Amino acid sequence: MFAVLLPGIGSAVAVTVYVILLLAVESQAAIAGLLVAGVIAVLAAARFGGMARIGRSFAERENAMNLVIILAVLAVTGFFYEDHFILLLMATVIIYVIACLGLNLQFGYAGVLNFAGAAFFGVGCYTAAVLTKNTAMPHLLILVAGGVMAAVIGSLLILPVLRTRSHYSAVVTIAFALLFKIFLEVNDTLGGPQGLPVDGMNVLGWEFNDDIEIGEDFEIAFYVNYIVVGLIVLALAFTFVRRLERSWVGLNLDALRLDETAAACFGLNITRWKITAFTLGNFLTGVAGALYAMMLGFIAPTNFTFGDSLILVSIILLGGIGNPWGLVVATTILIILPEKLQVIQEYRFLLFGAMVILILLFRPEGLLPRPLRTYLPGWRPK
Amino acid sequence: MTGAADGLLVSRDLSKRFGGLIAMDSLDMAVRPQEILGLIGPNGSGKTTFFNVVTGIYPTSGGVVEFDGKDITNFSPQAVYRAGIARTFQRSRLSLSLSVFDNVMVGNHMRLDQGLWFNLVARKDFKRQFEENFERARDLVKVFDPPLGNRMFEAVGTFPMIDRRRIEICRALISRPKLLLLDEPSAGMTHDETKALMDDILEIKGRLEDLTIIIIEHEMGVIERITDTCVVLNFGQKICEGPYREVAEDRLVQEAYLGIQ
Repeated sequence: MFAVLLPGIGSAVAVTVYVILLLAVESQAAIAGLLVAGVIAVLAAARFGGMARIGRSFAERENAMNLVIILAVLAVTGFFYEDHFILLLMATVIIYVIACLGLNLQFGYAGVLNFAGAAFFGVGCYTAAVLTKNTAMPHLLILVAGGVMAAVIGSLLILPVLRTRSHYSAVVTIAFALLFKIFLEVNDTLGGPQGLPVDGMNVLGWEFNDDIEIGEDFEIAFYVNYIVVGLIVLALAFTFVRRLERSWVGLNLDALRLDETAAACFGLNITRWKITAFTLGNFLTGVAGALYAMMLGFIAPTNFTFGDSLILVSIILLGGIGNPWGLVVATTILIILPEKLQVIQEYRFLLFGAMVILILLFRPEGLLPRPLRTYLPGWRPK
Repeated sequence: MTGAADGLLVSRDLSKRFGGLIAMDSLDMAVRPQEILGLIGPNGSGKTTFFNVVTGIYPTSGGVVEFDGKDITNFSPQAVYRAGIARTFQRSRLSLSLSVFDNVMVGNHMRLDQGLWFNLVARKDFKRQFEENFERARDLVKVFDPPLGNRMFEAVGTFPMIDRRRIEICRALISRPKLLLLDEPSAGMTHDETKALMDDILEIKGRLEDLTIIIIEHEMGVIERITDTCVVLNFGQKICEGPYREVAEDRLVQEAYLGIQ
């Protein structure tokens, strides 16, 4: 039994050490060297069947591996416990993965391409800003409210999205993404171009935006709070999306994405399932936004440009359409790489564009292609 | 003409126009319960159009479709399916990236619990329903081809054409429809494969006595072998009907196929 787990745990340890090294090193040459070494290691592992074995660990001992990954994230967090910049990066990755899980539900499963991801993320952010400043709503509830608001605002788009197919519905969402940013810029109650301050999260008197002091001179950066809450929300969102995929609902979404006419001939109510996927997806994206706003403490329209929406979509394309683990890998690469490798900071969109083109050309299913559906993990036919 | 009373599926004066093109012209047709009816005719004679109109993919341009005594004219595809009509498609419309089981289960939509709570939270109940349906799907697939039953969780795209056709027919049959519409099941298959598939269809028909089948087919050997009666279409009109032997002798039919003046 344990033997199946070994490749998974081994790879998790290796990746943890690698990520710590990558984050800790400052010299640009060393970072470039590490990146090259990482790519070579992955290619070598793939070449000699290591990837397949790691994949088996994840497939067969799912709960154990989920736990291992959470521990790995906590280990990295512990290593950088006082480094604000790196912890902020990590929390950002976690929050982006939550947002991308929402988009993945829409695009990866139902085939509704949403180019307004950053806009729905922004709805969550602004909801958090307004609610923390003007109400006494408990902050955990504000996370939910951010999601609900994103879902409600998203329902404005449902009619035009349903009336159009594939690329055209994408155009509808592009229009919305642009409208949203302009709306924020001209709307004075929402702070206009200057944006709005947001209160930090406070749960039962615990101030998330204060550094955690233990004893006299031991301080933990406050971002650790957000990493922990982010991980919890992520775990919930991940479980939710997973279960959805592994149910008749997930099957419905796949069926209508792949062939609407055939799906209709077998009784699928296309409208109902598209609305379900679109709404649930926006909800997740909105929750992520609310958390992000509370962490940053300040939000402005420039955080929610069309370019940011494109980053979310490229994460999904890069990671593997429909594969939640792929999102984790792709988000980590797309968020951390430009921050560490300052050469590409300015050219990040060029880099993302090039990555998407390369992926579409050479590995259209993404870095981690989505496996076939297993309804019940570990289940075998009698 | 067959009386409406003894028909499971009856079309009266059914027409379909695409702009100026009349794809189906005042078609009167009745399919008796439990028979296998062959729908034949040259390319473009309106056979698939008939299927598409009956299953609600195209709205009618005129006329009535009755199924099991109910008027189903212009029903949505979903409603037609719930009424008990399932079909296959000429260019097999399976989802190649999904597993055999997934594809068959799409056809079972109306028998699966679709609530979000059931699917996401009540996973014990879901497991029970999943297992029941897995057994049913596997048993059905095994009627066609026993080895296929051991490969339920492999992507359909990895299977040869004959297996895909079998899977597509299973997808149509899993919901236990009263009427099965087969649109050229032999398309793209070799002679031997076609024969094997027809054996399968006859085997299924033997087990499911109540099942009524309409089959569109170009291979006359198939039609001769499995149909009880045939309807011949040409330019959207019915030009002949009766058992295959009679139909094949008909002068109009020969003209339609061979162009004899």
